[in-house]
Amino acid sequence: MLVVEKITKRFPGVLALENVSMTLQAGKVTALIGENGAGKSTVMKVLSGIYQDYEGRIIFKDQIVRFSSPKDAQEQGIAIIHQELNLIPYLSITENIFLGRELITQYGTLDKKKMKARTQELLDKLKLSVKPDDLVAKLKVGQQQVVEIAKSLLTDSEVIIMDEPTSAITETEVEVLFGIIDDLRKQNKAIVYVSHKLDELFRIADNYVVLRDGKSIESGEMKGITQDMLIQKMVGRSIQVQRKPESVSQQENLITVKRLFLKHPVRIKEDLLKNISFSVQKGEIVGIFGLMGAGRTELLETIFGLHPFASKSEIHIENSRIIINSPSDAIKAGLALVPEDRKKDGLVLGMDVKTNICLTTLADLEKGGFLSNLKESLLSKKYIEELKIKTSSSDQKAKNLSGGNQQKIVLAKWLATKPKLLLLDEPTRGIDIHAKSEIYKLILNLADTGLGIVFVSSELPEILAVSDRILVMAEGAITAEFSSKEATEDAILKAAIPKSVYENQL
Amino acid sequence: MNLQTYRANLIRFQSLIALFILCLALSILSDKFLTVSNAWNVMRQISVNICISTGMTLIVLTAGIDLSVGSVLALCGAITAGLLKNGIEIPSGNLYIGFTLLGSVLAGILTGSFLGAFNGWTITKFKVPPFVATLAMLTIARGLTMLWTQGFPISGLGDTFLYFGTGWLLGIPVPVWISGIIVLIAVLITNKTRLGRYIYAIGGNESASKLSGIDVNRVKIIVYTIAGALAAVGGLLVTSRLDSAQPNAGMSYELDSIAAVVIGGTSLSGGRGSILGTVQGAIIIGVLNNGLILLNVSPFWQQVVKGLVILLAVIIDKANSKND
Repeated sequence: MLVVEKITKRFPGVLALENVSMTLQAGKVTALIGENGAGKSTVMKVLSGIYQDYEGRIIFKDQIVRFSSPKDAQEQGIAIIHQELNLIPYLSITENIFLGRELITQYGTLDKKKMKARTQELLDKLKLSVKPDDLVAKLKVGQQQVVEIAKSLLTDSEVIIMDEPTSAITETEVEVLFGIIDDLRKQNKAIVYVSHKLDELFRIADNYVVLRDGKSIESGEMKGITQDMLIQKMVGRSIQVQRKPESVSQQENLITVKRLFLKHPVRIKEDLLKNISFSVQKGEIVGIFGLMGAGRTELLETIFGLHPFASKSEIHIENSRIIINSPSDAIKAGLALVPEDRKKDGLVLGMDVKTNICLTTLADLEKGGFLSNLKESLLSKKYIEELKIKTSSSDQKAKNLSGGNQQKIVLAKWLATKPKLLLLDEPTRGIDIHAKSEIYKLILNLADTGLGIVFVSSELPEILAVSDRILVMAEGAITAEFSSKEATEDAILKAAIPKSVYENQL
Repeated sequence: MNLQTYRANLIRFQSLIALFILCLALSILSDKFLTVSNAWNVMRQISVNICISTGMTLIVLTAGIDLSVGSVLALCGAITAGLLKNGIEIPSGNLYIGFTLLGSVLAGILTGSFLGAFNGWTITKFKVPPFVATLAMLTIARGLTMLWTQGFPISGLGDTFLYFGTGWLLGIPVPVWISGIIVLIAVLITNKTRLGRYIYAIGGNESASKLSGIDVNRVKIIVYTIAGALAAVGGLLVTSRLDSAQPNAGMSYELDSIAAVVIGGTSLSGGRGSILGTVQGAIIIGVLNNGLILLNVSPFWQQVVKGLVILLAVIIDKANSKND
């Protein structure tokens, strides 16, 4: 249905794509895979009309096409669902779906009735039990994702590109999404599915295209290929899966959190976190698993002093009681938090690598009341080398680095504070396999030096691989605890599914 | 190479280049422009805007804004002038407190600092957007100025006081000294201290800064306090130059100040820009004002031209940051 022939795309100083070719078939799901920076998003941007100046050609339904804008691509039948949701929160579902292509009555006013009816049809088709007039802001992330899909179905797109559609949704929602993709496949749509989660690709994709360093390395059918083979093609070398050696050696208590409560930000009378108690030993990695909305992020934030007025708790570090009312209290107590959203909370993207690394420890980098350029350079150089941060120089702006390297900067700035306990919130989200394995290795090494680590993740395999002990959260409470030996995917998932809202999950 | 380095340098010095071209054009068009006395005259006029804009730059770097600087300037000038001339008289208590020169100047600057701190307090404590909080202060301070002066100028402040605005030191006008020292300190703060780094970090990403253990609220209050104090210094210079505190002094100075900041390449969304850029911006506006007057351009047209220059500066800046 759509053939990409020898596309080359240049940016000033960079060759983003070089002779990339691929074929998308109707009624098939094609997985587009590659490490970060391999050129996946550039391909998508060429296909969806965001980039118009490229070499090579796109043949769509036996005709050479060159889209002049995203709107043009959309009108010709190519829809893209971006990783970041592009919905406007305070408009209704209907208004979002018809944004920029509203139906008009003969009097020139909005034909609300017709739009609403069309929206209802789409929602029914996608089995989403919400009303067309509901505000998008009120929907769960997974439901918003489905609205994005509805948007692409409105125009009867023949090619649908999905960029990391499952990065923010729960297992149950993933199931629904896969059901939808299956239906779309039966309707003879060509689907491009971009994801870092290889196990998903094996469940949903028919074909694959591997990109590496801006080149299309290989393509073929998913049948008969293994995960390891794919990984090898992506990185050009094989990676061993990490496993933590059995149990922790020391049994020295590092932190104990007792009876932690956090009020709900909107519904004041309810508690968002309910009576949470746990402890971490020195050198121990405690994994916390939970679905979206289980309260994992809030738990880390509360411990780190971000909600001093809405929470109460008793925290002991190395057997002395500590009061944490702000991040700076937390840092003084030896805590460090690598936040979930590194672009929003982790980095100052417009600043250079050096400045970002030094941001947490500026007080130590002064000389006579002024910041010492030498000390800053030494510190950042040390961590760039230790963590193997790939950057052209320490003066490179953080926003120009890949996701994995950005995450390493965040880790570096926290390691610089010499913490005793590292709180990691989804530290591998949205980064490629190679960088992921580097980060796992780093976490294991840090634990070996005696650091306590709390590792929050919604990816079961990595939790199982890295943790010594696993806590499961659901609806703001800890629902189960497993040692790494007794933990199984099934048992963890069972404990993670909220009892009360299971029925209206989607 | 060197096309790229060449280009980069061109971008870096664009406001200086613009300034140079502007001066060149004016010196061809008017024989009065390129004279020593005119140059000092322009510098003297600019120094007030430089004082205010230095504070404004710090605020804008944190992604804030201060609309109250003009009114704060007027109030502080009036307070200094009033205390110096009349002191405080409480008729019922049969009490009179006289103020020395130093005392009145300090009282003015303290008032400015206090109003600035108040801005910072409402912005951080009650999460009032800076635009709204300082807009409120704009009218509060103006009203207080009217109350203090009863709507009449306070004039005849004595020769010593006039030294601040009209004096010379080592062949350079005193206001130029004052604004120069302020700029120097601000450059040091922004480039060499923790406070400066925090200011840029907060403007670049407030939530990441907070998570990094930076006391964001404290930094913001400090910055607004500095801006208030600097507006007061501006008020001192204006009052001294005119030998009179006008109740409507400093009207729309906030606009000239924001213009200087923006022309100087500081991003209104925070995190990017510099004090020296603002100084260049202030000089460009000053030279432009002066040149248009020398060329007998109607004041109405002057405003139009100034507006267009601001637009042009921002458009060029946007185009550059896109290529960055």
